[in-house]
Amino acid sequence: MRTLNCDVVVVGAGPAGSMTAKWAALGGADVIMIEKRPEIGSPIRCGEGISRSWLERVGVEVDPKWLARSVKGAKIVSPSGEHYVTLDESKAGNEVGFVVDRVFFDKALARDAAEAGAKIMLKTAATSLIMEDGKIVGVNAVSHGEPLEIRAGCVVGADGFESQVGRWAGIDTSLKTTDIITCYQYRLTNIDYDPDFTEFRLGSVAPGGYAWIFPKDENTANVGLGVSLTKLKKPGEVKEYLDRWIASDSRFKNAQPLEAVAGAVSVCPPLDSVTMDNLLLVGDAARMIDPITGGGIANGCYAGMYAGKVLAKAVKSNDFSQQVLQEYEDDWRDKLENTLWRDWMAKEKLISLPDETLDKLTEAVSKVTLERITVGTLLAAVRETYPELVKEFEDLI
Amino acid sequence: MNGGRPKETNILKVIDMKVSAERCHHCGACVGSCPQNAIFMNDFVLEFGDACNRCKRCIRLCPAGAISEEG
Ligand SMILES: Cc1cc2nc3c(=O)[nH]c(=O)nc-3n(C[C@H](O)[C@H](O)[C@H](O)COP(=O)(O)OP(=O)(O)OC[C@H]3O[C@@H](n4cnc5c(N)ncnc54)[C@H](O)[C@@H]3O)c2cc1C
Ligand code: SF4
Ligand code: SF4
Repeated sequence: MRTLNCDVVVVGAGPAGSMTAKWAALGGADVIMIEKRPEIGSPIRCGEGISRSWLERVGVEVDPKWLARSVKGAKIVSPSGEHYVTLDESKAGNEVGFVVDRVFFDKALARDAAEAGAKIMLKTAATSLIMEDGKIVGVNAVSHGEPLEIRAGCVVGADGFESQVGRWAGIDTSLKTTDIITCYQYRLTNIDYDPDFTEFRLGSVAPGGYAWIFPKDENTANVGLGVSLTKLKKPGEVKEYLDRWIASDSRFKNAQPLEAVAGAVSVCPPLDSVTMDNLLLVGDAARMIDPITGGGIANGCYAGMYAGKVLAKAVKSNDFSQQVLQEYEDDWRDKLENTLWRDWMAKEKLISLPDETLDKLTEAVSKVTLERITVGTLLAAVRETYPELVKEFEDLI
Repeated sequence: MNGGRPKETNILKVIDMKVSAERCHHCGACVGSCPQNAIFMNDFVLEFGDACNRCKRCIRLCPAGAISEEG
């Protein structure tokens, strides 16, 4: 069997994996990043909406190759459609949204990793961990159909929602039924809509989740929705929800699909630990998706950067023990943990509210002047108007 | 720690659970949601391992309605 040796093997070439690979390689680590699919970034499993503000902080430059559209604002629409909260450019500043093209975005991040010195292998799937005397020393893989052993000081699980590397290692990343949102999305063209606003629609159009419109161009958008697994009664029902919404909304009267996307997101509280001796998890694999927005690109990039920097240090002392990787654990928690807890609690509350309450809530929030539209400012507005809804996690707002 | 994917790696051999290749989008939603970690997806092939306890979560969850019970 062929064997390769490196300092760090990254499993999965999504945003979190590429970021980890880049920052570790920049710090001098010998990195191999493996991806089981034949093309990085494709097929897409994403709505492709992000805010602009964090890109610079993780060292990613905006590139017209992956920027599909820069929107002017966001609109949150109540279940009845009668009330909405809008936020436009004048107030939103850096929080204004970008809609990206993940096929190019993911490749751009992988290219950065390659430029930093990381090696990339496609059609290479990790199939298990290599264990010696109870110690993790790499991954077994299948590369273009051939078995391959990749030995490394540290294994990075960046394998996305599937999150198998962590479970192979004994990190419990399993999800409760209430913490899974199942999604379906079309890229719809020939639609008649406002291409300058992202739209989020609440209530029974997508029980326990929300429906979205993320503009790609003047008459094309990612139109999708996510439903809580607890609300699904039969196989394939989430697609029926989406088809029903599209049929009922006149903006989509002449719409035609260019792409269909299935997937799931985790909406769980932060995990207790994502590091152990010789292994760490980043991004969706570490269940770092925001439980309110369902967005995971930014959090995955932050985690990847923190992990990569710590790995670069670990390489110097050739010590990948949990104690050394704890610095990564501290960094990501410092940045993300409170928000993940807050948004998980807010999600638990929101999921229980009937359409009428969501309508009243949206109406009340629409009357509050918001400086910026973020989950934080929205929850603060809810606290002003419906304090009882957020009293259990007031201190996190 | 179970260390790796289902040991039973007979490609396309499906134990109890059946995937419709015509419906499946290879999105991995079932893989990440299986409480037993019994599913492995290599690119476009889904394998169900012995750990499956037939809880049927994946059947209800699959956005494409691609999973059903054999027989
Ligand atoms: C329908 C939908 C809409 C979404 N919309 C948004 C949005 O608008 N904005 C947002 O921020 N987030 C959104 N998300 C979430 C977002 O897609 C993820 O958070 C993001 O992709 C996470 O990046 P990652 O690098 O952790 O994982 P991924 O991007 O999932 O990358 C993981 C990679 O690992 C590979 N892999 C898995 N197992 C193995 C293995 N054994 N061996 C080798 N490779 C492996 C996979 O093929 C994949 O390429 C959405 C998700 C869904 C499902
Ligand atoms: S959840 Fe359904 S569509 Fe997605 S990979 Fe599993 S069987 Fe295929
Ligand atoms: S039935 Fe349950 S245990 Fe079996 S593969 Fe599906 S989710 Fe996993």
